[in-house]
Order: sequence, then C-alpha cells, then structure tokens
Amino acid sequence: MNWLQSNLDQIVAYTGAHLAQSLPPILIAFLLALPFAKLANAAGWLRTGITTASGLMYAIPSLPLFVLLPGMLGTGFRSPVNIILALTLYGLALMVPSASDAFRSVDRDVLSSATAQGYAPAARFWAVELPLAGPVLLAGLRVVAVSTVSLVTVGGVLGVPSLGMLFVDGFRRGIPVQILTGVVLTAVLALMLDALLVLAGRMLMPWTRRGAPRRSRGRERTGAAA
Amino acid sequence: MIGFENVRKEYPGGTVAVEDFTLEIPSHRSVVLVGSSGSGKTTLMRMINRMVDPTAGRVLIDGEDVAHLDPVQLRRSIGYVMQASGLLPHRTVLDNITTVPVLRGTSRRDARTRAAELLELVGLDQQVATRYPAQLSGGQQQRVGVARALAADPDILLMDEPFGAVDPIVRADLQQELLRLQRELRKTIVFVTHDIDEAFLVGDRVVLLRPGGIIAQQGAPREILARPADDFVSRFVGADRGTRTLHLEEVDGRRVVVDADGRATGVLDHDRTAGEHMT
Amino acid sequence: MNGSPLGQALEWMADPARWTGPSGIPARMLEHLGYTALGVLVAALIAIPLGLLVGHTGRGKGIVVMAAGAARALPTLGLVTLFALLMGIGLTAPLLAFVVLAVPSLLAGAYSAVESADPATVDAARAQGMTEMQILTRVEIPLGLPLLIGGLRGATVQVVATVMLAAYVGNGGLGRYIFLGLGSQDYPQMIAGSVLVIALALVLDLLLLGVQRLTAPRGV
Repeated sequence: MNWLQSNLDQIVAYTGAHLAQSLPPILIAFLLALPFAKLANAAGWLRTGITTASGLMYAIPSLPLFVLLPGMLGTGFRSPVNIILALTLYGLALMVPSASDAFRSVDRDVLSSATAQGYAPAARFWAVELPLAGPVLLAGLRVVAVSTVSLVTVGGVLGVPSLGMLFVDGFRRGIPVQILTGVVLTAVLALMLDALLVLAGRMLMPWTRRGAPRRSRGRERTGAAA
Repeated sequence: MIGFENVRKEYPGGTVAVEDFTLEIPSHRSVVLVGSSGSGKTTLMRMINRMVDPTAGRVLIDGEDVAHLDPVQLRRSIGYVMQASGLLPHRTVLDNITTVPVLRGTSRRDARTRAAELLELVGLDQQVATRYPAQLSGGQQQRVGVARALAADPDILLMDEPFGAVDPIVRADLQQELLRLQRELRKTIVFVTHDIDEAFLVGDRVVLLRPGGIIAQQGAPREILARPADDFVSRFVGADRGTRTLHLEEVDGRRVVVDADGRATGVLDHDRTAGEHMT
Repeated sequence: MNGSPLGQALEWMADPARWTGPSGIPARMLEHLGYTALGVLVAALIAIPLGLLVGHTGRGKGIVVMAAGAARALPTLGLVTLFALLMGIGLTAPLLAFVVLAVPSLLAGAYSAVESADPATVDAARAQGMTEMQILTRVEIPLGLPLLIGGLRGATVQVVATVMLAAYVGNGGLGRYIFLGLGSQDYPQMIAGSVLVIALALVLDLLLLGVQRLTAPRGV
C-alpha cells in the first residue's frame, strides 16, 4: 500500500498514456471497419478473403509487430505511434468480420421494404441498415475495446509508457504489488470502457433494451494476440 | 392402446399447458389432436414418448405406465415425425433412416436392406439414399422423416405437424401417401395439427382441444361435422363460415355441390345414393 | 545484403552458427512449440470437457461467457511477470499463465460448438431414443467441430504469444532473441526473432485453419 501511495502520480500518468494509446485505435478501427465490411459483403470471394486475412492478422503476436513497424515507418522503437498503428490493425482484424456479420444480420425484407417506401440508398444505410446492424456492431466493438486496452500493456517491455510499465518495473524491482496494481487497473480500465459502450448502446438503440438479446453466433474469438 | 389418465402439465413459473386430460386412443387407428397454439396438443403427444413428463396423472401404453419405462428405450420403440423432419443434417439419408435400428443393435447390413425397402415404401428413389438432407426438397425430407420413424417397425407413430412446413400441393400429396401407408401398415398413429381439414382427412378419430388441453369434442369427423358440440367447435370446423354448409344445384342436368357463398365445390356422383355415402 | 533492418535480420539468420546448439534457431523453435503444446494440452484437458458439459446442459452459460470476457481484459504480460515473481523460476509459473490464458478460448469454443446445434435436430435425436451421450458424440460434436477447433485455434495463437512474452522473465523459446536483442540494442537479432515468431504463429494458425475446414460436417 505504501508503494501505491508514493507512486500515485506515476500511476495516473501511466493511465493517461494508456488511454491515449487505446482510444485512437478503437475509434479508427471501428470507423474503417464499416466500409471494409460493406466491401466484404459485396461478393462471396471478397468476404472469404477478407475474413481469412483478418484471422491471420489476429494470429500475429503484438510484440513482434511493435518491433517490425518502426523499421517500416521510420519511427523510433519507443514511439506510441507504432503501438497505435499496430493496435488499429488488430482492431480491424476483429472488427471487420464482426461488422460484416452485423450487416448480414439485417433482415433483407426490412431493407427492401425501406427501399419500397422511398429511402434513397444513402438514407437507407444511415436510417435503417446501420441502426439495425447496431447490436452486432456493438458486440464487436466491445471485444475490440477490451482487447485493445489489454494489448497496450505489451509496449511496456519496449519502454513505451502505459500501465504495462508497472509490470516491467515491478518485475525488475521484485514488487508483486506493483504488477498486481497494473493488472487490476488494466482490467478495470477495459471493463469500464466496456460498460460505457454498453451504456452508449442502450441510449442509441433504445429498441434493444427490452426482450431477449439477439444471440450472436460463431466468429467471436477469445484469444488475444498478446 | 394408449391411455391418458387425468394428466396435468404445469411448467415452473406456473404456466399450465394441460389442466386435466383423459383420453383413450385405440390401437391401429389414427387419432388427430387438433387445436390452436396453446391447446397443449404437442405437449400431450410428447408425453407418450416421455419427451415431456406430466406433473400429475399417468400415461399408459397397453396398460403400462410409461413413467416406469426407460425413456431412451421407450423412444426407440416409438416412431416420431416432426415438422421440418428434424433429420441429422450431417448424415446421409441412408444413415438417418438406419440410426434407430443400429442403436437398437440391428446389424448395419440388415438396417441398410430395410432402409432400401422403406425408401420404396414412402415413394422415394433409391438414389436419394446417399444424399444429405439439405440436398432434398421439403417434401422429400418429410418422406425421409416418415421412413426414419418407421425404420424400427414401431407399433406407435407420433406425428407432430409433419406436413406443416411444405407447400399445399406437396402437403396434399403427402397426406394421401400417409393414408395409403396407414391402409397397409395399420399403426397406432397420434397426429397433431392445427389444420382442421388435415385433421378430418387423416384422422379416424379427431380430438378437438381448447386452450389448456380441454377436450371440446371428440369423435369421427362426420360426427363432429354433423353435431358440433358448441359454438367453439362450430367456429373451429368452419360450420359457421358456410364453407361446410353445402347444397345442390342443377346445372345442365348434373347436380353440382355448392357452398353457402355460392362457390362450386364438386359434382354429385349419379351412380351412388346418399345412403351409401353415409356408411 | 543491404542495410535495411529486415536485410540485417536476414543476414543474422543466415549465419550458420545460429542453426546449431541449445540457443540455435531449431532448438528455440522446438522449445517454443513444446511450451505451446504443453500449455494448450493442459488447458484443453480442463476446458473442453467443461465446455461440452455446459453447452449440452445449458447450465453455467453465464459463467462461461463472463470468464471469456474477463479473460480478454487480463493483460498477458501482467500475468506472466506476476506469476514469475510469486512462484520463481521453473516451469510452473509460465505454464500456469499459459493455461489461464488458453482456457477461456477453449471453453467458449467447446461450449459454442455444442450450443450451435439446431435445437430441432437435437430434439429429434432425443425423440428417436438417443442417449444424452449419443446426442453429444453423434450429433452435437460432429456438427460443432469447426467451432471447437476454432477455440483451439484461438488458444494456440494466444499461447504462442504468451510463450514469447515468457522469455522476458527468463524462459526459452523464440522470444529470447527479441529480449536479448532489446537488452543489447542488437536490432537485427530482435527483428529476426520477431520474424520467426510471426512465421511460427502464422504456420500454426494456417494448419489449424486447414483442420477446421476439413472437419466441417458434410451435408450442412
């Protein structure tokens, strides 16, 4: 506990840095996944190709990617840009198949009746298709958010500041409490972000509040590219 | 013979599917339980092979309480055909039909020979044996479902809205096929449907259910049509809609049967008298 | 060879000395595979029977879903360093981390495999007189096998990555090259190690993807 008190400033700083590296990839991956998913759903072979590529991307462990990216980008090893870019790629790997499922989960009949009512393609997308895909999109986004927050810590071994530094430092100095604090804070940060997303979903999609939640099938993978 | 004695089914949470049901189903006859959803008809039928156990009361097969029988052995001795056939999607037609006989210890070779006979019996080409259910039409799947139910040569056949998912033309076809099979096989058939026309067609006896498994009326189709017990039955069988109130009109010297709305439904056969019709 | 980082890494790998001895690439690769296999195997022995049970009976669904979600929030590096510090050097600490991180994926895979079977098909199988065990082994598992293998795939990927991180606390495997390189600012070695880990992860993932495709039930 003493350790905690005397290092509070440091912990707050790490938490801030952690969020600064987590939020951009989550947001960018979500926004980029939408057009990719529409593209994937345009043809069967595209969908197969894109989901397979996403699966393989997700199989790549994160640390090697953090190591390889600076050489390709010309950034330094300790630059957070590497982390943000790599985590955006992982976010896409998770979010694109999920968004593709989300759009496929929308009832074709509802879409064609919207067209029959006179919705133009763009209006139909924003007013009908996107909201109806919402619940499955949200499920995907929640996975991206939680896994991103957890993956940011790996940058710690390279010296990129985040809650992961608590693991590296705690291990070097032999302070289990420091590591435990890092584990708990990372998990709390992830779960808080998750809870915020659920809350936002309820506010944006009031029609999903009552009744049985739609059962999502299949693709969700629980392994994280640590 | 199948007997229901004061059977009640209450689900946790207090929903009562069946209040108090008593019925005797004679052997070698086809009995149809008909009613709308919530009438408990499927629940009652599933008590016979212990897919559902009653909260109170007994279900007897030839005098023996099914509660004392091992459910697995019991189910293997009773044929079951359901809507959308419930075939195993990852097994070929042949494997689907031979499943129960093989489970009961029949050799694979004998089961295959029997399956070939069954395919013929239900009017399917031998070629379909090696196909998967998804490669068949809805009507063909339903025929395989019947063949599968008959594979172990059960005395009792349970049919849960078996033709509910196929189009009307195929349904009519399958209904005729069932009548033909029953003339040949003389099984005890318990058939569940919400379609009163289907009930009158395939049932030797028809049991009309109100919500909660209460018997509104039972008897041969002609008895129910002739003397509906109350308004509920009249409405259910369509007697009040006029489609069942027929009269004759003379057209070009032939007598045409016309319903209350003036729609022609058939031509009266000159060579047969009304008396013969009634027997 | 050229001066680019990747070129230097290839040069590092091309040195014949790297291909022999206990710290050579083949030995490290085997170590990495061995740890991965052990971790996934132990996790599978725990998680698959449990997942099948939960999927078949429907009991404990909430716990499985929660465990899978919570596990995603657990930082791998944190577990590896924490266990190492608490349990000291040896196989126990890293193995515990591998198992803890592999179980949720396998559990979810086994559970969703069984749960994915069409309830009407399962109902029909039961009505025909299959025992619960027969329903599980002849209907639910064959129909859900790709999902089960999918869980195995996720777990394997997870453990390959965790084995790499375990090198940070002194274990063997390909991660050694990355952390040795990091400590001595030997970037070619770091990059070579990274390329090797990525290659191993991709090959394993592709192999399991192949198995997943092969086990898809015909007719469905």
